[in-house]
Amino acid sequence: MGAIYIMWLREVKRYFRSRAQLIVSLGQPTLYLLALGFGFGPIFARAGAGNYIQFIAPGIIGMTVLFSSIFSGMAMLWDRQFGFLKETLVAPVPRINIIFGRTLGGATVAMMQGLLMFIVCLIAGFRPVHQHAPGAPATYNWLAIPVALIFVAMIAIVFAALGASAGSSIKDMQGFQVLMNFLVMPIFFLSGALYPLKNLGPVMTWITRADPLAYGIDGLRGVLIGNWQFSYGPQFNFLLDFCILAGLAAIFLGTSAWLFSRIEV
Amino acid sequence: MIQVKNLTKKFDQFTAVNDISFQVDSGEIFAFLGPNGAGKTTTIKMLTTLLRPTSGSIHLDGFDPWVKQRDARQRFGIVFQDPSLDSEQTAYENMELHGILYHIPHRVRVERIELLLRLFELWDRRKDYVKTFSGGMKRRLEIARGFLHTPKILFLDEPTLGLDPQSRNQLWNHVKDLNQKESTTVFLTTHYMDEADRVAHRIAIMDHGTIVAIGTSAELKARTSTDSLEAAFLALTGTSLRDESANSTDNLRRFAQMWQKR
Repeated sequence: MGAIYIMWLREVKRYFRSRAQLIVSLGQPTLYLLALGFGFGPIFARAGAGNYIQFIAPGIIGMTVLFSSIFSGMAMLWDRQFGFLKETLVAPVPRINIIFGRTLGGATVAMMQGLLMFIVCLIAGFRPVHQHAPGAPATYNWLAIPVALIFVAMIAIVFAALGASAGSSIKDMQGFQVLMNFLVMPIFFLSGALYPLKNLGPVMTWITRADPLAYGIDGLRGVLIGNWQFSYGPQFNFLLDFCILAGLAAIFLGTSAWLFSRIEV
Repeated sequence: MIQVKNLTKKFDQFTAVNDISFQVDSGEIFAFLGPNGAGKTTTIKMLTTLLRPTSGSIHLDGFDPWVKQRDARQRFGIVFQDPSLDSEQTAYENMELHGILYHIPHRVRVERIELLLRLFELWDRRKDYVKTFSGGMKRRLEIARGFLHTPKILFLDEPTLGLDPQSRNQLWNHVKDLNQKESTTVFLTTHYMDEADRVAHRIAIMDHGTIVAIGTSAELKARTSTDSLEAAFLALTGTSLRDESANSTDNLRRFAQMWQKR
């Protein structure tokens, strides 16, 4: 238990100590929110799909959590580089505790980043709403926020664990760039963060359904503005997203623990 | 305290460590000398559970580190060739993190951290981030940390690399001191013959993955009929230069240096 706690604490301390980085890392998602949100807004409205800021905000929150959590796992590359990794590898505790502590710490940090981005979205004009009936006027739904936190937490854990698996297997900067271009960016762009996943062609539909983040974004968007990907009703959608994310979290946590336990230096 | 029998490590075709056997007694300071690429660091990695041997057996205080991994790990401390501190945390936090990972009860931890930080003259800087420390201070902190959980064996892999003579001198004084006070067995590697001559009770000379000679400094000099350990070393290992190819860690380090000034 001590090892999990101290590794978690290390990640959280790092976060609070680099305030500059904390602000800077919100810059990119804010740019996406404002440039795309207001840029595509008119054409989105003209297509009859409603307010684009409302649509894109949950996606941008998901994006913030994705990048923050996956990078926290890949930060193991720097620990490998600066040697601290070895201190944890020879410690007389099961390696699974070390990696769990790190992953939970990274997920905690990613959740905080997501919350900050949520505030930025509120400032940009985003409001969580509840649509009582099609066509009826929507009402503000602040109670959606704690429910949305469930999905923020699940996205954070899934991708912190995926990042940790990647961090346990890559050894140099080339590997990092390959993962960035062929894993992280596709996960983001194919998640439905920026556009609706309904009415896509069959190939795109299958690809987007294989994207873990799609279920996180769908959950966030469903909870926050009542816009779900599948037309089976909100309860079913909620459960589907929740179960898929929980399953993926278990798989990725297991994978990261296995890969980390095999590290030799 | 350390028993190694027929230890071998092969990487693909290359044999880094070839069938070595030796024994280190309790409370002894044992030095491993050898040119670059002789297999010293590979041996230390195998002894400290970081690398799985291809064949052969290891016992640390009676525990096979590949069977009773946690028992073995609890019994040794290690100072790596490269720094292994968390530079984004303070000196005290680094010590505390180590104490928690090694299950040291809170009260003992607090006392021992203070004792060791005072001994290594870092107590006044305990609240400073490690990234602000000089190379010598980082080394001292690492060695202090290595002693924190009162290990039975302390591994030191080229601990004085890049240090000035003052720091080296002080560092060895502390290590000898703690070796006597806490009867810690010390296993070290170094390139500085004078250090090995001064601190080590027994010396093993390694070359091309095998141990070419083992004994006290006097025995090695007598065997090669030379009058200094350096001359004995050259007589045993030859004078040709050893080239090592850069590995991915070196490349990564170069990359990191390009981006961050530390």
